[in-house]
Amino acid sequence: MKAAVIVFPGSNCDRDLAVAFEQAGMDVTMVWHKDTALPEGLDIVGVPGGFSFGDYLRCGAIAANSPICKSLIAHTERGGYALGVCNGFQILTETGILPGALRRNANLKYICRTVGLKVEATNTAFTSQYDAGQVINVPIAHHDGNYFVSDEKLAQLRDEGRIAFTYTDNPNGSVADIAGVVSKNQRVLGMMPHPERAADEGHGGTDGVAMFRSLVDQLATA
Amino acid sequence: MKARVYVMLKNGVLDPQGEAVRHALGSLGFDGVEGVRQGKIIELDLAEGSTEDTVTEMCEKLLANTVIESYRVELL
Repeated sequence: MKAAVIVFPGSNCDRDLAVAFEQAGMDVTMVWHKDTALPEGLDIVGVPGGFSFGDYLRCGAIAANSPICKSLIAHTERGGYALGVCNGFQILTETGILPGALRRNANLKYICRTVGLKVEATNTAFTSQYDAGQVINVPIAHHDGNYFVSDEKLAQLRDEGRIAFTYTDNPNGSVADIAGVVSKNQRVLGMMPHPERAADEGHGGTDGVAMFRSLVDQLATA
Repeated sequence: MKARVYVMLKNGVLDPQGEAVRHALGSLGFDGVEGVRQGKIIELDLAEGSTEDTVTEMCEKLLANTVIESYRVELL
């Protein structure tokens, strides 16, 4: 099973994400943002957290126009899997792969703490090993995680079962408490919380492990 | 030639920074500030003959996120 993690200038969760993929049993290749092609025969692309391009202009806006992102868009359009965490989620919305946008946190503060997440959808490639309604604890660390979608789009996301996670106690003002959403085909997940930082006993929690295991299961049967 | 692009959060999209500025003005004793919206101005130095259409395309592709932001182009 092959994973790639894209590295942008300013990414800082790229290695954590690679370790989480590796611990779930994947071979991981790191891909530089200036590369124009993803490795052949790839199962999943990880778009890591961090502060790509110093968050200049808007979080993720410059990264979304990096050469590698053309390949990332093509990969998802072919039905490929992708996981964007934190800045990775911001990049996925900026590319238009996922709907919505991430605004400044409602309290204007950078928030770094572990939060409760409710698993809303268990039919995605990333959440099959969780129970519906299960509450898991995963860290967040962001300044711009306040998810916005129009009312119309929100209704569509609800109808299509695309809200993957909601916050049990909304930390940032996100519309409908949304912490993570999936693409229409359920194969691309973007989320502000960091499952790769809850993937080892040493992290103080392992609630993120089931996400990577779900993914490996899904890819094994795909 | 120069162009100036104004980027603002769309009406209806809560602007937490604008709200914070409004509160701060209130606590300084400026009464009657009913709303503050904060945006950005981007100035572009362009080759002669550049068109407004090109700048609009720049806005659509990069300078604004049209999910939450609106923009206005001014050629100077």
